[in-house]
Amino acid sequence: MKKFDKERVLLAVAGPVIALAVAFVLSAIVLIASGKNPVEPFAVMFEQAGFSDIQVLIINQASMYYIAALAVAIGFRMNLFNIGVDGQYQLGAMLAAIVGAHMNLPAVIQIPLLLLTAIFTGAFWAGIAGVLKVTRGVSEVVATIMLNAIATSVIGYLWLPTVFGVKVGNNNTTGEMHSSGWIPGIDMGPAGEIYGLVVLAVLLGIGYWVVLNRTRFGFDLRASGASETAAAASGVDPKRMTLTAMLISGAIAGLAGLPILLGDTHTYSLNFPTGIGFLGIGIALLGRNSPVGIAFAALLWAWLDKASPELDFHGYDKEIAVIMQGLIVLSVVVSYEAVREWGLRRQQRRVGAELAAGHVLGAHNTKEVAGR
Amino acid sequence: MANHDIHLTVRKGTVHALVGENGAGKSTLMKILYGMQKPDEGTITIDGEQVSLHSPADAITRGIGMVHQHFMLADNLTVLENVVLGSEKLYGIGAKARRKITEISDRYGLGVRPDVLVEELGVAARQRVEILKVLYRGATTLILDEPTAVLVPQEVDALFANLRELKSEGLSVIFISHKLGEVLSVADEITVIRRGTTVGTAVPSETTPRQLAEMMVGSELPTPETAESTVTDRPVITVDKLRLQAPGGKALLDDITFTIHAGEVLGIAGVEGNGQTELVDALIGLRHADSGTITLAEEEITGWHTRKRREQGVGYIPEDRHRHGLLLEAPLWENRILGHVTEKPNAKGVWLDPKAAQEDTRRIVEAYDVRTPGIDVTAASLSGGNQQKLIVGREMSHKPRFLIAAHPTRGVDVGAQAAIWDHIREARREGLAVLLISADLDELIGLSDTLRVIYNGRLVADADPATITPEELGSAMTGAATGHLEHEETPENSADVSKSPESPEDEAR
Repeated sequence: MKKFDKERVLLAVAGPVIALAVAFVLSAIVLIASGKNPVEPFAVMFEQAGFSDIQVLIINQASMYYIAALAVAIGFRMNLFNIGVDGQYQLGAMLAAIVGAHMNLPAVIQIPLLLLTAIFTGAFWAGIAGVLKVTRGVSEVVATIMLNAIATSVIGYLWLPTVFGVKVGNNNTTGEMHSSGWIPGIDMGPAGEIYGLVVLAVLLGIGYWVVLNRTRFGFDLRASGASETAAAASGVDPKRMTLTAMLISGAIAGLAGLPILLGDTHTYSLNFPTGIGFLGIGIALLGRNSPVGIAFAALLWAWLDKASPELDFHGYDKEIAVIMQGLIVLSVVVSYEAVREWGLRRQQRRVGAELAAGHVLGAHNTKEVAGR
Repeated sequence: MANHDIHLTVRKGTVHALVGENGAGKSTLMKILYGMQKPDEGTITIDGEQVSLHSPADAITRGIGMVHQHFMLADNLTVLENVVLGSEKLYGIGAKARRKITEISDRYGLGVRPDVLVEELGVAARQRVEILKVLYRGATTLILDEPTAVLVPQEVDALFANLRELKSEGLSVIFISHKLGEVLSVADEITVIRRGTTVGTAVPSETTPRQLAEMMVGSELPTPETAESTVTDRPVITVDKLRLQAPGGKALLDDITFTIHAGEVLGIAGVEGNGQTELVDALIGLRHADSGTITLAEEEITGWHTRKRREQGVGYIPEDRHRHGLLLEAPLWENRILGHVTEKPNAKGVWLDPKAAQEDTRRIVEAYDVRTPGIDVTAASLSGGNQQKLIVGREMSHKPRFLIAAHPTRGVDVGAQAAIWDHIREARREGLAVLLISADLDELIGLSDTLRVIYNGRLVADADPATITPEELGSAMTGAATGHLEHEETPENSADVSKSPESPEDEAR
């Protein structure tokens, strides 16, 4: 069955490739329309990708995108749209920062403690939406959007000097974390340091694949996403599965801010990166919810982020990268659906053709074809 | 390839019936005529003009309208709103549209009231709204896909009266069905489809149901007769006073009580929508009983969830395999895991065992004659019959003690049908208890050891399949008869009539 395997790879790659091509072309059109050279900005950005310090920045940024996108993807795999990754990771990071600033245990305990804090905070925040959905039927989309807004307020409250906040000049911070909770980076010499938690991102990706594809739970989760009714008839409890998926999604989301928190900033301040959760949605989409695909998508996004500032020095607006990200998401949605339908129909036709030609599995099927 | 070499000519002002077994390719043909699917080759000519239909909108402008088997109406809108929806440009949405609807309704005797909410209408009235919707859009050729499947006999008669009305006004009707009696009574011409191709045409006045049936299947019909009884006195599943309510408190199932013994097939007869689906849901655990108990062997399972029931030996062949039996876009071997993810050979502890599952899928494909080029193709690319064989193979592979078989051969060709019957019979010999729900009365009578009739959510009658005829069973299905149905011995009503191919037409009588 090599042929169908090759076909599957082709189909898997066709969607993103078409989407990227379309996005590049459209971005070029935008540049032409604004009277700019449509090629040079890309050349500048490609050149940036060759510098080792930019590469380190890209990998660091991508690690956070990757974790956030995994959180979104696990929801997608069962038709849950967790828009709340943004609130979940920010709260997760903040609480980890607070715990890290107020507790000082040996690193072997401190670091797992911080990770667990982030995991449980994220899971808790997502779990609220999960509980509302299974008990009251509230759409998780609405609930998580609201929870994002609430998370912002909660963070503002925690930043108050009377609560956990520490003012540093005009900046709100949670105070410096004890160094036992810092995670050393991988030293790349003059290029900088790669966050230690990049390793965590990789492990999460592997874990995501193993759980989804090699465990009973993963099968149930995928079945729920593919057909809620068939999954229920197969014995999946839909409510329990919804809640579980939401909790896992939130738990992963809680970790998304930790690479930079434990590897660089060591405090949760106003400068802490925001919006990673929302970017994660686009990245998960582009990566087709597959751990490898998401890795490529996260690197692509990080590249657009980190290479674009250079554009300002060449007389272009760095916002071209943002335009491009938007265009990618748009074309991804369109091209994936088109490719999916095309693939399904194509396979149906091919199966029909193979059967007509007598290529039937098994040796004894030489008798008159009665069933078609 | 679903269809090839189809030749169909429909004359103006006639009812043209298209008959064929489930899965013969009728629906595909209709989708092509209605522009939902494009033909790979061949032409369609309307009024002498060759056309190519790209979408239903195209078909509608050419005067072709379709009344689907499953109604496409918005329950919370009125009839008027449903009719004008999408065609607001024709007569607006107000008084003019209402006048037009009333006019069409009067002209063809449809009796449709424009301002009633659709949710208040019964099945037959909804169907008339669908017909009106199509006429409102100016259709001159109506395609009706299995319109009688959901109707009781009086409603069928009323529908036929409407069709004759349409015909006399010069409209053409394409009537899809596999109920030969109906076809012979309403059609002017009949085209028979078998395995995706037209095998012949017939004129009702010169054709007997038997000839038509033989054209349809191309050979002698296999009969679902079971030879000797294998019923034991060991109860496998006992249902006691089961009651299930709709959210409003209306009983969907009430006072359902039966016992199926090892080696017994209990057949449930009934017009669709009388509680069969709910009964199956309650047995597999998709819905939980409001009162009453279900006992599997010695254990009460009323409170068990679906997975536990399946693990403990309840097999399930669902009524709607696409919704409940398959993951259409997943490969066959993943579909083999579906429903049995916790059992061998699919899992080892919490881990899946894809190798073993794939291996076992290959075995099922061979043993159950699933026609596929491999086990990595998606379930969607198989024909309905082959999908069904895969499901039957999967369920049988786990040695169920109790099998829920809802329409096990629906949409399945004759060869596969016989094979599925054999598998059920074989398992029954080994002590399987089967609950059989089917719209095919021959199948019910032939396979069952005991027959019960469900009507309005209650088991209203029982019958002995050895003596009962489809006609007698059919009348009980409309609620006309209750209690134990005694077969009345009359010369022309001898037992072999019940096995003759013309009987399916009577299933709604």
